[in-house]
Amino acid sequence: MAILAIAFIFAFLFYLALTAGSGNLLFWSIEELVFGLVFAYLAAILSVRLFKAAGVKPSAKMLSPKRWLLFFVYLIGPFFLELTKANIDVAKRVVTKKIKPGIVKISPGLKTDFGTTLLANSITLTPGTLTVDINKKKELFVHWIWVESKHPKIEQVCSSFPKWIRRITE
Amino acid sequence: MIFVIYTLLTIGLLFQGLGVLALHRFPDVYTRLHGATKCTTFGSIFIYLAIILYGIQLVLEGQPQFGVLSVHTLIVLALLLATNPTGAHAIARSAYRSGVKPKNAVVDDLKGEMK
Repeated sequence: MAILAIAFIFAFLFYLALTAGSGNLLFWSIEELVFGLVFAYLAAILSVRLFKAAGVKPSAKMLSPKRWLLFFVYLIGPFFLELTKANIDVAKRVVTKKIKPGIVKISPGLKTDFGTTLLANSITLTPGTLTVDINKKKELFVHWIWVESKHPKIEQVCSSFPKWIRRITE
Repeated sequence: MIFVIYTLLTIGLLFQGLGVLALHRFPDVYTRLHGATKCTTFGSIFIYLAIILYGIQLVLEGQPQFGVLSVHTLIVLALLLATNPTGAHAIARSAYRSGVKPKNAVVDDLKGEMK
């Protein structure tokens, strides 16, 4: 029930952000507010069902504003820096065609599903590395465009990401 | 302000172009995904930043209805950062499961895992 309420509140806030400026009741028109409530409720019910079907256990940990702040710091700090460096690197590889691809296994040892998802997405967004698959032990299989060593240390593949994600989610 | 916007647009277009070039030059589906999803993401980020700045500039010039443009673009940027890697995972995973092997691979740890 609490999960439903939280999902509803976030869906409604999202709808408000999308329709800001539609009227003069503060920023919204009355029609948009009513439809927002209806759609937010539908979206909340559907997402709770999806969570259940996928066997995901949502935790209240991520509601704390400190974790959100850390997440934004991570996004615009170390993550964006790596993104820039790696983009220039891959841009060079596109032009010179110098590649040495391969699929390597890394075991980040993150405890939560959300943390593992966040790491897999960060790795995929960073150019040169692409998460292909995951196994039961939460080990990631990463396609690497320039394999530095066949059994790499985790820092070689994704620099300081696991450290930051551990701080955000655990 | 307008020069900053043009600079951001130029960087964005440059990376979008490199993404297209990567599709032609790389040998197989995984390496092409690197080019297609990554250069496009970075290109899109800069183009969206240009749109956000343009919206802010129009608001400062006394057209407040364009503030919505900046807010919407910010939302699209957040959604792109969440959905782009998800799509890339789906393509790469389904490609591997349907038997597409990485070309010229020096190491393939996933081979032993799939039985």
